[in-house]
Amino acid sequence: MQAVRFLDGVVLAGGFPALAGVDLAVEYGEVVLLQGANGAGKSTLLGACAGFNKLASGTAEVLGYNLATQRAEVRRRVGLLDHTIALYRNLTAMENLQMWARMARIEAVDIEYSFDRLNITENLQKMPIAQLSKGQQQRVALAAIIARRPEIWLLDEPFSGLDANSRELLFDVISEAAQAGATILIASHDTAISSGCDARIVRMIAGVVVDGKPAVGQSTILR
Amino acid sequence: MIAFIKDAYIVFVKDLKIEWRTRNTSGHVLPFAFFVLVFFGFTFNSSQTVLEQATPGLIWMVVLFVTIVAAENSLRLETENEAVRLLLTGGVLPAAIFVGKVGSVVLQLLFVELVLVPGAVVFYASDVESLPLVVAASAGATIGLATVGCLLSTVVVGVKARRTVLPILFMPLVSPVLVAATRAFGDAFGVFAVNGWSWTGLLALFAVVNLIVGAMMYSQLLEDI
Repeated sequence: MQAVRFLDGVVLAGGFPALAGVDLAVEYGEVVLLQGANGAGKSTLLGACAGFNKLASGTAEVLGYNLATQRAEVRRRVGLLDHTIALYRNLTAMENLQMWARMARIEAVDIEYSFDRLNITENLQKMPIAQLSKGQQQRVALAAIIARRPEIWLLDEPFSGLDANSRELLFDVISEAAQAGATILIASHDTAISSGCDARIVRMIAGVVVDGKPAVGQSTILR
Repeated sequence: MIAFIKDAYIVFVKDLKIEWRTRNTSGHVLPFAFFVLVFFGFTFNSSQTVLEQATPGLIWMVVLFVTIVAAENSLRLETENEAVRLLLTGGVLPAAIFVGKVGSVVLQLLFVELVLVPGAVVFYASDVESLPLVVAASAGATIGLATVGCLLSTVVVGVKARRTVLPILFMPLVSPVLVAATRAFGDAFGVFAVNGWSWTGLLALFAVVNLIVGAMMYSQLLEDI
């Protein structure tokens, strides 16, 4: 059973094929590390998996939903953490997540748990996003993902800009999600991360997957 | 339907809360509206007739410019940090986002009109002969302007056009609203011998059609921003 399946997937960015015929299959519960240089198409692939980047040609399914016609369904079921943060700058961390929880029909207790899990103190919760550091903003964005417990986690350079403690915390959170059976795709051009992961490594060059051999045994994130 | 209304209300409250904190729109447009009233009054202070006759058109020209600023600011909230993703991952229908945003822009425009109309009465000694007509025409015209503003600002961002394109697209499209609102206000202020309620009916029709068409189109437009 495949959580993500791309067959000759093409995604255009400003007329340029950021994904130029991607073939990829990710099993449910698998952890995949996307690697490649800047511009290889890792972020575009994650954006497509999250239902935010439109497929120009080819076929793709995420959680059984067709990415060409059912992107709204996909968006509700996956969690994407990338450099855009996707939070309102002038609302506080708490207001952002409370508003989102009301829309997503998520219990307030899950929001509290997420904040606690990521050590986001009450003071930080009451600060506007614009006044938080990049690392703190990233933790708030991650809190939204934890609260939702998505079936697929899409993490784009999740460790960039994080201090050692936050990095360790993020490793823990990802490990917990993996152990709970979530499918996880992590994009990074940092090859050092792969030394700490027992995950399937998928390499991308110029918008295509060039190497993506399946992992041996169950994939888990190890520190 | 209840979920739709709830989601639209959440977007509406969120936009107003941010506007209240940042004063992004009101901080720019209220001084602008005030100075237009004052300078226009200085320019034509020798001719009371010209002032009275121009007042309805002047009010709606100011509201038109304010709409462009308010609609642009409203969309910028969503494009900064790509915050609109928070709404989309929350499962909010694009149509609910549109209705919520239109609601918030409408309220901001009504606030400006609340300054402009009494301002015209004070500065230009205009008489309001029919307050219900002023209220009804304001409601219809404001919704008509806000819907077009919210739609076009999304189109402009979606096609990656320059911000200056928005007024160029906006003005021809809202010219029927501008004409109808000016006529209705002309009747309400007692300066045009027209049936203001007929023009208000046209404004209401324009508002309803825009709201429905906008809600239907917004899903597609939102995909491109």
